[in-house]
Amino acid sequence: MIQRQRVSVTVNGRAYEREVEPRLLLSDFLRHELDLTGTHVGCEHGVCGACTILLDGEPIRSCLMLAVQADGLELTTVEGLTEDPEKLHPLQQAFWEAHGLQCGFCTAGILMTILPFLKKNPTPSEDEIRLALSGNLCRCTGYQHIVDAVKLAADYLGEESS
Amino acid sequence: MKPAPVDYTAPDSLAEALALLAEHGFDGKLLAGGQSLVPLLNFRLAQPGVLIDLNRVRDLDYVRETAEGGVSIGAMTRQRTLETDPLLVERAPLMNQAAPLIAHPQIRNRGTVGGSLAHADPAAELPVVAVALEARFRLQSHAGERWVDARDFYVGLMTTELAAEEALVEVELPPLPPRTGCAFVELARRHGDYATSGVAAIVTLDEAGVCSAAKLVYLSAGDTPMTAAEAAQSLVGSELSSESIRAAAAYATTAEIEPTADIHASAEYKRHLAGVLTERALLAAKARALGGAG
Ligand SMILES: Cc1cc2nc3c(=O)[nH]c(=O)nc-3n(C[C@H](O)[C@H](O)[C@H](O)COP(=O)(O)OP(=O)(O)OC[C@H]3O[C@@H](n4cnc5c(N)ncnc54)[C@H](O)[C@@H]3O)c2cc1C
Ligand code: FES
Ligand code: FES
Repeated sequence: MIQRQRVSVTVNGRAYEREVEPRLLLSDFLRHELDLTGTHVGCEHGVCGACTILLDGEPIRSCLMLAVQADGLELTTVEGLTEDPEKLHPLQQAFWEAHGLQCGFCTAGILMTILPFLKKNPTPSEDEIRLALSGNLCRCTGYQHIVDAVKLAADYLGEESS
Repeated sequence: MKPAPVDYTAPDSLAEALALLAEHGFDGKLLAGGQSLVPLLNFRLAQPGVLIDLNRVRDLDYVRETAEGGVSIGAMTRQRTLETDPLLVERAPLMNQAAPLIAHPQIRNRGTVGGSLAHADPAAELPVVAVALEARFRLQSHAGERWVDARDFYVGLMTTELAAEEALVEVELPPLPPRTGCAFVELARRHGDYATSGVAAIVTLDEAGVCSAAKLVYLSAGDTPMTAAEAAQSLVGSELSSESIRAAAAYATTAEIEPTADIHASAEYKRHLAGVLTERALLAAKARALGGAG
């Protein structure tokens, strides 16, 4: 019998502790143990980007980490963007206004990719935006409106910080 | 899919990790960035009994200057670090040219140097870079350590010199001679995918601008990183004219590489592509050698 192991992890500033099987993927841990179902799961082999979350502020694939590996670490998921569900984060606002999503399956992963990207590069060119999005698949939009949304988000975040 | 049941341990020292590896033998598997291993677990193509996680072993994450003026890189250094590390930019620019071509930032934030080198995918960039730069690898087990040259490390398709109880702990790159230029050029269908074809070119010029050493190493061109030694040798003594470069590219890609067809490209197309990329890489390497900046 394989022993379950204890995981203590901080997600969106809140501490959680659970006992889990070592084989449990971090993506499934977030969704099924912590009920943070904003993080989506598409391919489970690192290709689609739907499961992208932040580990210490940097984007990673949560389907390619085990929950037990996150012990003692700090994570941010899409739920961490805003505390008040009535008030969207500027990134979310921009995606809403620019029609940066249709079914929404890819959206959480895209937001968690773009958030650190815009922090490092607040005024990106279109080419840089497309490169930043290249690790996230969207089957609906054709990407054009996602690119527009990222441009709008860069404007909003720029206004916010000035 | 989900991994099969597996045990997990996260030692915080290398000695402990190596002892665990010796204890578990073929049933134990080192877990580095997990960017190749976890997909294999998810597909149940790998079903080890116990994962030995190296992520808590802190002292394997470094980029340092060696006494000879080269660079040594710890196995747990993230691929993301290779893109910007100032010492690598100065001493081994081929590394930071190749690193952004590996997958996406989300993958490189976790994926490690040691993991990519040990995984030995013939389509991967870092094994090609290591062979081209004449790197040597420090392999360590509970019983001791040995050094293996990168070119001897890759023995077959995803097969290396590593024994079951060994870990790759360090990569050492010798210093590059003056007037040396490097270029890494590849073509992938989409940015971040494994490349259809790719080549690392390194050329050294003497004071008169004549080529005194050259190297060509290919990815996706055989079971291991493929070195075109004769084509590179044909460039030595030339001034790297367009004609000599074209002839070397033609020879390398007809006689010295063995690409196989896949669903995206025939072997013939891959040879053609490799030839085009070789010309581009050699011209870029030459320009950098002349410009003084690697
Ligand atoms: C979507 C996607 C796209 C990718 N595209 C590319 C690409 O274009 N080019 C490319 O090169 N790679 C690509 N990769 C793979 C990526 O670079 C991996 O990071 C790399 O192949 C493995 O490194 P890792 O640290 O993640 O190792 P892991 O996945 O943890 O381990 C891989 C293997 O190496 C062994 N291992 C790990 N570390 C050591 C060590 N120190 N000593 C001995 N054995 C060890 C493990 O036991 C395992 O067998 C891609 C991955 C994904 C998910
Ligand atoms: S579910 Fe993780 S990348 Fe697709
Ligand atoms: S909006 Fe449907 S997958 Fe992107």
